[in-house]
Amino acid sequence: MLLRAFLLFVIAAMPLRAEEVVLGMSSDTISITTSFDGSELLIFGAVKREVPIPTEAQLEVIIAVQGPKEPLTLRRKEKKFGIWINTDAVEIDLAPSFYALSTSAPFTDILSDVEDLRHDVSIPRAIRSVGAPMDVSDPQSFTEALIRIRTNKNLYQLNENTVNFDEQTLFRTSIELPSDLTEGDYITRIFLTRGGKVVSSFETELDVRKVGLEKFLFDLSRNQPLVYGLLSLTIAIIAGWGASAIFQLFRRQ
Amino acid sequence: MYIYLPIAEVSVNAFVLLGLGGLVGVLSGMFGVGGGFLMTPLLFFIGIPPAVAVATEANQIVASSFSGVLAHFKRKTVDLKMGTILLIGGLIGAALGVWLFNYLRGLGQVDLLVKLCYVVFLGIIGALMFIESLGAIRRSKNTSAPVKKRRERSWIHSLPFKMRFRTSGLYISVIPPALVGLFVGVLAAIMGVGGGFVMVPAMIYILGMPTKVVIGTSLFQIIFVTAFTTLLHATTNYTVDMALAVLLLVGGVIGAQIGARIGVYLKAEQLRILLAIMVLAVCFKLAFDLLLMPSELYSIGPAGGH
Repeated sequence: MLLRAFLLFVIAAMPLRAEEVVLGMSSDTISITTSFDGSELLIFGAVKREVPIPTEAQLEVIIAVQGPKEPLTLRRKEKKFGIWINTDAVEIDLAPSFYALSTSAPFTDILSDVEDLRHDVSIPRAIRSVGAPMDVSDPQSFTEALIRIRTNKNLYQLNENTVNFDEQTLFRTSIELPSDLTEGDYITRIFLTRGGKVVSSFETELDVRKVGLEKFLFDLSRNQPLVYGLLSLTIAIIAGWGASAIFQLFRRQ
Repeated sequence: MYIYLPIAEVSVNAFVLLGLGGLVGVLSGMFGVGGGFLMTPLLFFIGIPPAVAVATEANQIVASSFSGVLAHFKRKTVDLKMGTILLIGGLIGAALGVWLFNYLRGLGQVDLLVKLCYVVFLGIIGALMFIESLGAIRRSKNTSAPVKKRRERSWIHSLPFKMRFRTSGLYISVIPPALVGLFVGVLAAIMGVGGGFVMVPAMIYILGMPTKVVIGTSLFQIIFVTAFTTLLHATTNYTVDMALAVLLLVGGVIGAQIGARIGVYLKAEQLRILLAIMVLAVCFKLAFDLLLMPSELYSIGPAGGH
């Protein structure tokens, strides 16, 4: 009896596991070179399944690309003494430097709030803000401001209906990476949802790295700041002297 | 052609930076100011983070001032002795300024401090220079009126530690020039400027130096103070962007050479009234920004501090 119930449960659960994501990306590293001016990331994949396509609801895809998380301070200006100055501040515990969400249908239609809470998919759920100071009455508006500012800079993106999903099997999308990208480990997550529930998910990493001269200068500035500073000054003085010398030559002729 | 700046972590058009450097360089050579008071706000406008703009601008001023001072050395219009006294004060001031800058950065008030400094100093100095140069131009037109000797004996001459400055033809106490230097050093560190717009009038009106040695001597002091400021910012904040500095200074040093040539053909009064107008324009723009309601009330800063 018990065994039968168990078997039934396994069979009922089968379709959930039966659909899996097989993923490809146009690249697994993004190199920030001197001429880096943003980039386009192509994400494509297929749904692998061993059973016929379940018919009760349409399968949908959500793709989330998330940059490294860091703590932030958000400040709000208020008019005091006739000028606008920063007054209230709220610490954001962790916020991703980049967050792009691409979906195959309107977001709220394909993922329920409960599932969003469980998997932290939507943009507000990606930002963690626990403690706000007592004197700030509306900490929520600070988180909203963070999302608004970063959305305007194309750092937070909600691209609904941008995932092409053919025959409930093949999907692809492209995500625009802006030029002011922070380096670090980017996490790409793919969710397959059916009727608002996540039926399968897949996670992979994307490496965003400075290379060449960019990397050399950045590392030097952090590891050997004095050498970096002196090098900056040397270049400045040589350039100043060089220009002067060249103009002297022009004048003599 | 876009270029990604390694420290600022933004991508900007290289030609815009070259152009800005060149334009500000011309002004720098003409007036003997570092041009930082124009360049730093311009860098804010094209999206460079303020902390990076201030620190990198200090580095760029080293280059344009060095280029400018060489031209002045050739014309023997640098008072080295006076420059050294100004410099000693300047180094102490720069250290104080970087400390204050970092302290206020933690409080989230550094932008306000920088802008208020601009409005106050540019406003006072621009207005004073404008009135004075108008008067000078009017006097030079009424050629019949005898030009009065500008400086009589004042409190400056009753201070101790007097020293003779041959190039400037002065015999005054070292205290006023050291204080002027100190004050300029603080401004250099906080505002990302050379401080020429404060120092040049101070040298003329407070110290009573002859106008022809003022520019060369102020450039001499600015080189060392901004070099010191660059090192302090590079080692405490990691905010000097070498790629940004190189682009600005390529434009800047060329501009400074051109500016120094133009400066020779202009009269001192005309030079000063032009500078006064520019100083006032920047002042009004910044004051306006503080008074008008910003389009975005919120701003994102690094964690730590309230």
